[in-house]
Amino acid sequence: MEKVLLKNIENTNSADITEYQKIGGYASIAKALEKERKDIIEEVKKAGLRGRGGAGFPAAMKWTFASGDPKFPKYLVCNADEGEPGTFKDRPILEKNPHLLIEGMVISGYALNAEYGFIYLRGEYPDAKHILERAIAQAYDRNFLGDDIAGKGIVFHLSVHQGAGAYICGEETALIESLEGDRGQPRIKPPFPVNVGVWSKPTIVNNVETLSNLPYIIEIGGEAYSKIGSPECPGPKLYCVSGHIEKPGVYELPMGTSLREIIYTHCGGIKGGKQLKAVIPGGISTPVLPPDKIDCPMDFVNMPKHGSMLGSGAVIVMDETVCLVKVCYRALKFFEHESCGKCTPCREGTGWLRSILERIEHGEGQEGDIDLLLSVSSNILGKTFCPLGDGAASVVQNFIKHFRPEFEGHITAKTCAVEG
Amino acid sequence: MLNETAIKELQEIRSKYPSARSALLPAIYVAQREFGWLSEEAYEAVSEVLGVPKAIARGVGAFYAMYKHRPMGRNIIQLCTNVSCMILGAERLADYLKSHYGLVPGGTTEDGRFSLVIMECIGACGTAPAMLVNDEFYENLSEQYIEEILAKFT
Ligand SMILES: Cc1cc2nc3c(=O)[nH]c(=O)nc-3n(C[C@H](O)[C@H](O)[C@H](O)COP(=O)(O)O)c2cc1C
Ligand code: FES
Repeated sequence: MEKVLLKNIENTNSADITEYQKIGGYASIAKALEKERKDIIEEVKKAGLRGRGGAGFPAAMKWTFASGDPKFPKYLVCNADEGEPGTFKDRPILEKNPHLLIEGMVISGYALNAEYGFIYLRGEYPDAKHILERAIAQAYDRNFLGDDIAGKGIVFHLSVHQGAGAYICGEETALIESLEGDRGQPRIKPPFPVNVGVWSKPTIVNNVETLSNLPYIIEIGGEAYSKIGSPECPGPKLYCVSGHIEKPGVYELPMGTSLREIIYTHCGGIKGGKQLKAVIPGGISTPVLPPDKIDCPMDFVNMPKHGSMLGSGAVIVMDETVCLVKVCYRALKFFEHESCGKCTPCREGTGWLRSILERIEHGEGQEGDIDLLLSVSSNILGKTFCPLGDGAASVVQNFIKHFRPEFEGHITAKTCAVEG
Repeated sequence: MLNETAIKELQEIRSKYPSARSALLPAIYVAQREFGWLSEEAYEAVSEVLGVPKAIARGVGAFYAMYKHRPMGRNIIQLCTNVSCMILGAERLADYLKSHYGLVPGGTTEDGRFSLVIMECIGACGTAPAMLVNDEFYENLSEQYIEEILAKFT
């Protein structure tokens, strides 16, 4: 497959506008500006583009809602918070292909009649901040941003807003709170951001990778784009693979490539030829899978049918030397730390889950602890303000579902059979 | 008090947003840089320039992990221990920082050279284990590599 999102990144100067234009970059803006705004949304609909931030929501549907709202101004926000553990797929776009994202945002801004865009960038990516700011300045210089884009009187202004270390700010309503200068605590929905978002105005929040697909959709047309990868959920997809794997990294493959193919064909298999023990397929919040469940197409439609989710496409591979109780405990430590504190089931529940897992991991588990974990989980699931709590609960449920004997072993033997 | 350049910088940041309140996060970063950490004085300066009450500025600042609310070492080691890094040895590296530099999570060396902060995923999982020292990424870490890296910092 021809590279779309990671095109030209081997070029050490790929983040420079001249290099980007040499390979045809920014050509889609002129093409897009010839179309009516609604025709671009139609093209995105034909393309079948789904949001790459985790939930896989159809982009054109979100855009149609926002366009239909009579309030102005409208704001376009790029979610570059990339906080889901295991995820590093947006980083190469931000650091090596920033103009692709900018071009995508200009096209989206035009389609949505939004004149202001913000890139909400996680604080932990200091390099990306400088690279993006330089790229934005270059784009202003060449009239791809500003008050008269490409001499067509189109207005779009773009700036970077740096987060400050809070996973929850990746959730779009918490992100909006943070952009407004507040603590990153999610808002209740509805109203949805497409109607009442940042500064109470219609706001479109899309992931970096989602927006970076726009230039290509305009270039080849929605119809042709929809032929790439899974028919129900097409396009190129970035998979970032880490853990016990021969060739970790970010891979651009057709959406729907199977987890087995990603691990064994593209990434060269398990590190050192060891046995695969478990895979987290889509970032830490997605259900863990045992080795016999990896023949699943990695897309938003098929993964739920195979017991997990695509999430952010962050594949974490674990070999036979890993203690899964410890991994589960570490994951819950993360959720407890990152719970924003707004709603009780998540704030208290993640703490309880962590502390029960901690005692099991430390050889102090008690009889009944597994049932207790499941009971606390079910009291979180579906009862929280935002999906962070659901993620935490389902992590625990799925680790127990697939690897219960390992938890039981820790409790009865008071020690870990894997690590001793 | 902030110097004139920093005040100008804040005003420029302010102009990018439809409300002064939105400039709060970037403003706290500027104050942190100028004062070294977020003292009362630092929040007073933010509050004055943006016209946002100090209690609000401090309340917002306290939510975010990357703001420093106490004095820290000259160099900040931010070691990731989340799952991809953990299974590739991050805990061993934390032990090494303790035994060789006397650094515990959240602590600072006696000479003020380093502070250690344990991080959740920093987006370098493909090259785990990983850390940031100040604003720089260091990846594929080992004990020996950490020693080499840290020797560069004074
Ligand atoms: C706890 C939590 C964390 C999230 N983190 C991110 C993130 O880091 N990046 C992202 O793009 N979306 C993240 N999301 C999803 C966003 O809420 C939102 O759905 C997404 O940005 C929409 O963009 P998309 O439609 O292009 O995927 C997160 C959601 C939750 C509940
Ligand atoms: S888990 Fe350490 S960088 Fe992602």
